[in-house]
Amino acid sequence: MEQKIVSKRFDAINPLSIDDYLESGGYKSLKEALKRDRINIIEEIEAARLRGRGGAAFPAHVKMMGIAKEEETTRYIICNADEGEPGNFKDRQLMEKDPHQFIEGMVITAFAIRATKGYIYIRGEYDKAYSILEWTLEEARKKGYLGKNILDSGFDFDIELRSGAGSYVCGEEFALIESIEGKPGRTRVKPPFPTQKGLFDKPTLINNVETFANIPHILEMGGDEFAKIGTESSTGTKLVSLSGNVNNPGVYEVPFGVPIKEVVEKLGGGSKDGRKIKMVQLGGACGPIIPEYMLDLTIDFDRFEDFDSKTGAGAIIVMDERFDVFDVLLRVAEFFEHESCGKCTPCREGNLQLVKLVEKFINRKATQKDLINIESLARVMHQTSLCGLGQTAPTAILSTLKYFRDDYLDLIEHPEL
Amino acid sequence: MVNIKINNTDVTVEEGTTILDAAKTKNIKIPTLCYYPDLDIKSDCRICTVEIAGEKGLVTACSTPVREGMEIKTNSPRVLNARKTITELMLANHDANCTACEKNMNCELQTLANTLGIDENRFESVLEMQELDTANTSITRNPNRCIKCGRCVDVCKNVQGINVLESMNRSHEMVISPKYGKYLSDEDCTFCGQCSSVCPVASITEKDETDIVWNALDDDKKHVIVQVAPAVRVSLGEEMGQKPGSIVTEKMVAALKQLGFDRVFDTDFTADLTIIEEGNELIERIKTGGKLPMMTSCCPGWISLVEQKYPDLIDNISSCKSPQQMFGALAKTYYAKKQNIDPKDLFVVSIMPCTAKKYEAAREEMSVDGKNQDVDAVLTTRELGKMVRQMGINFDQLDKVEFDDPFGITSGAGAIFGATGGVMEAALRTVSEVVNEKPLEKLDFETVRGLEGIKEAEVDLGGQKVKVAVAHSLSKAKTLADQVKDGTSPYAFIEVMTCPGGCIGGGGQPYNTTNAVREERIRATYQVDSDMKIRKSHENPVINKLYDDYLKKPLSDLSHDLLHTHYRKRNA
Repeated sequence: MEQKIVSKRFDAINPLSIDDYLESGGYKSLKEALKRDRINIIEEIEAARLRGRGGAAFPAHVKMMGIAKEEETTRYIICNADEGEPGNFKDRQLMEKDPHQFIEGMVITAFAIRATKGYIYIRGEYDKAYSILEWTLEEARKKGYLGKNILDSGFDFDIELRSGAGSYVCGEEFALIESIEGKPGRTRVKPPFPTQKGLFDKPTLINNVETFANIPHILEMGGDEFAKIGTESSTGTKLVSLSGNVNNPGVYEVPFGVPIKEVVEKLGGGSKDGRKIKMVQLGGACGPIIPEYMLDLTIDFDRFEDFDSKTGAGAIIVMDERFDVFDVLLRVAEFFEHESCGKCTPCREGNLQLVKLVEKFINRKATQKDLINIESLARVMHQTSLCGLGQTAPTAILSTLKYFRDDYLDLIEHPEL
Repeated sequence: MVNIKINNTDVTVEEGTTILDAAKTKNIKIPTLCYYPDLDIKSDCRICTVEIAGEKGLVTACSTPVREGMEIKTNSPRVLNARKTITELMLANHDANCTACEKNMNCELQTLANTLGIDENRFESVLEMQELDTANTSITRNPNRCIKCGRCVDVCKNVQGINVLESMNRSHEMVISPKYGKYLSDEDCTFCGQCSSVCPVASITEKDETDIVWNALDDDKKHVIVQVAPAVRVSLGEEMGQKPGSIVTEKMVAALKQLGFDRVFDTDFTADLTIIEEGNELIERIKTGGKLPMMTSCCPGWISLVEQKYPDLIDNISSCKSPQQMFGALAKTYYAKKQNIDPKDLFVVSIMPCTAKKYEAAREEMSVDGKNQDVDAVLTTRELGKMVRQMGINFDQLDKVEFDDPFGITSGAGAIFGATGGVMEAALRTVSEVVNEKPLEKLDFETVRGLEGIKEAEVDLGGQKVKVAVAHSLSKAKTLADQVKDGTSPYAFIEVMTCPGGCIGGGGQPYNTTNAVREERIRATYQVDSDMKIRKSHENPVINKLYDDYLKKPLSDLSHDLLHTHYRKRNA
């Protein structure tokens, strides 16, 4: 069931050895790409129908083509390695176990869109990955894969490593850009989009680590071949971060279209101690919570969107029957109440009110009116917040209102004796 | 052109137009809060949210450009519920004790809540009361009313280039506060008050001095006089419900009389006096090789900027006090003596379009006897409006009354001090006639008028071509100041006003000041000028009499004692 493409070198090579990477076919795509027409590279990505792996699932070639058409010649490329979404740890493995792979993808992309400088914005807590990347970038420079006149092609491009400082919202593209600029991590109004006016107001392409990691493989196998993997709407494979009450938590690479249930049971070895699975949270704290009976759902960007969830970053958090829906909701609500940047009203004020309302249910003080209020507030936050944080913060609540409504009603109808 | 439908009405607008602006063309009102004309689009408050057919989420009208075929609903139940929810969320973290608020009945949040028909708040209050910032003499900050719209941050950072206010912390702990310190006085704040001017609630206001003035008016032992700045007569009307650009000079005088002031004088008079002193200072600097360019000193926000950020430029600043302080000094000496009043029984009030004037009046240099301040209280145009309403005066029904003598005879040159470029034009009218020893053919120096950020002119002074420049808003002032600092300034004389548009756009002016309103007030200002019999400061007979009787000549020793001052490097 696993199909290893971006994880094929995991534990098979020494990640600190560029020779290991080269021996296993690394930087071959870059060498070929440097001989190709730039637009032709983007067309290859288009044929692959590669969609962003960070959660928003935006078609990768659209962003690339957008920048390629800008008049401004100073262009930036950023790898979003601020993997702060709870339950996600696949980018960490990409960086720790095969660091040259996504860097190769960045250089190819940079060449295609004529980017002048690259940044990797890495999560503040990822110390080990940071050290590995520092080493890896230096190795790549020494061997001529980064820096001036890459592989005698005349193309200059280098990458700067930047560390976050622990803020969740800095994984949001504009908050990340502000952070690199030295400002507080808060999003900006769109439009203009980053591809038009991004870092230092220059056209900027931001992709997730996994998105870049796919690029060398697409060029190697060809876009059409790549598009045969997965499903019609979601091509290729997905790295899944499986965690919670399963026997074998970890990162698994599966083609799109695999049911969640199979990942949990076959790769994850089923629930621990054979307890009944109660629910699964998809994507991370910002994702929907679905009941066990829905685990036939397949991993697919469009299927995830049915839950008003933009996040298909690939986390599966399994919770067995010992877990209480409201304990989880409170934890999620408090997380967002802490992480909101404070810029827009619905998110700044709404998350605190969601915490209060969830507490009201937990304390059995909630009324029918509170049920209406929490649903209305969650909807408004989802529809009106300025960035993805506020828009997805209420996802867990909205999904449980749908699939665990009885849990809410129980708390209203049976006030504590 | 792009064709869209708003509430089933066909609208055709240019590409790039926002939904908000497109709606305005059909008089469809979409409520806003963080949006303010002429400032950046922030789209932080999310109030102007609208629905677009076929889209799941809602979008903000202020920031979303129209697209061909877009069908927009500005008032669907989904939109209304969203707006209500957002407003209730704000109210749950806002000190909503409306009757105890300066902006009661004039508050954008209150108006919004009212139009949305919010009768109860579904959310519990999460307000944690914070300490007020009353540590300076000009501006009070009440963080408990702040709704974090960010207008003040925008105006301070982008219009003024001062950047002392910032959004600090995150989530519901986010506050808008001075950047590094607790109080505005901990920062390089110039007290320009533009933040108070754009605040939709009363989170930032001028420091209220109306009670001090009421008490002085009630004190029989006090002789209370008032001076009114040039810009107030073209803006007070707005406080009284009139159109922007209404000229209300005589009714304003009548109202001040009704409030109980013993004499009502005109700062235009000391503006004329400033021209004589400053004009002669300029001529002297040019003749004797003094420090050039000379830069104007009427504006206290600008003086603060120089003292804090450009101490090297202190010698470029004219040593003349501002018209407000020239008036105060003359009142406490010349006028007191003439009227046979003990200066300590004389109470001098100014009505200013400005919050920084409160700070200026409190500066230690602004005291001729070294004990009492020359100007005892400074009210903004808004505070005067408040007193007129408190008194129950029916402003529109007032008879017209003239300013009192002797400081009521003024020229058009003094009147235009209120608009950007006005001091420059007034000075040029006098300086060129004095130097060239012949009357000007044309009094209007149109190139220095208007809302262009930096304006230039070239004048002939005794056969010498002299370049001059005018800047308004501190970000533009910094551009000219940087040139002077770098030694690349081509100018001999520079006028600087802190506020956009000059004093007519001051931080103490009626709320809802936009560039469109500024244009109206500027138009009115030049109307006042062109209606005057005397239009040059050196032709003001009372000024000439003042020199004959008292000051003797411009830049005399007594002039220096009373009308000139000095500056020093200051750190917050």
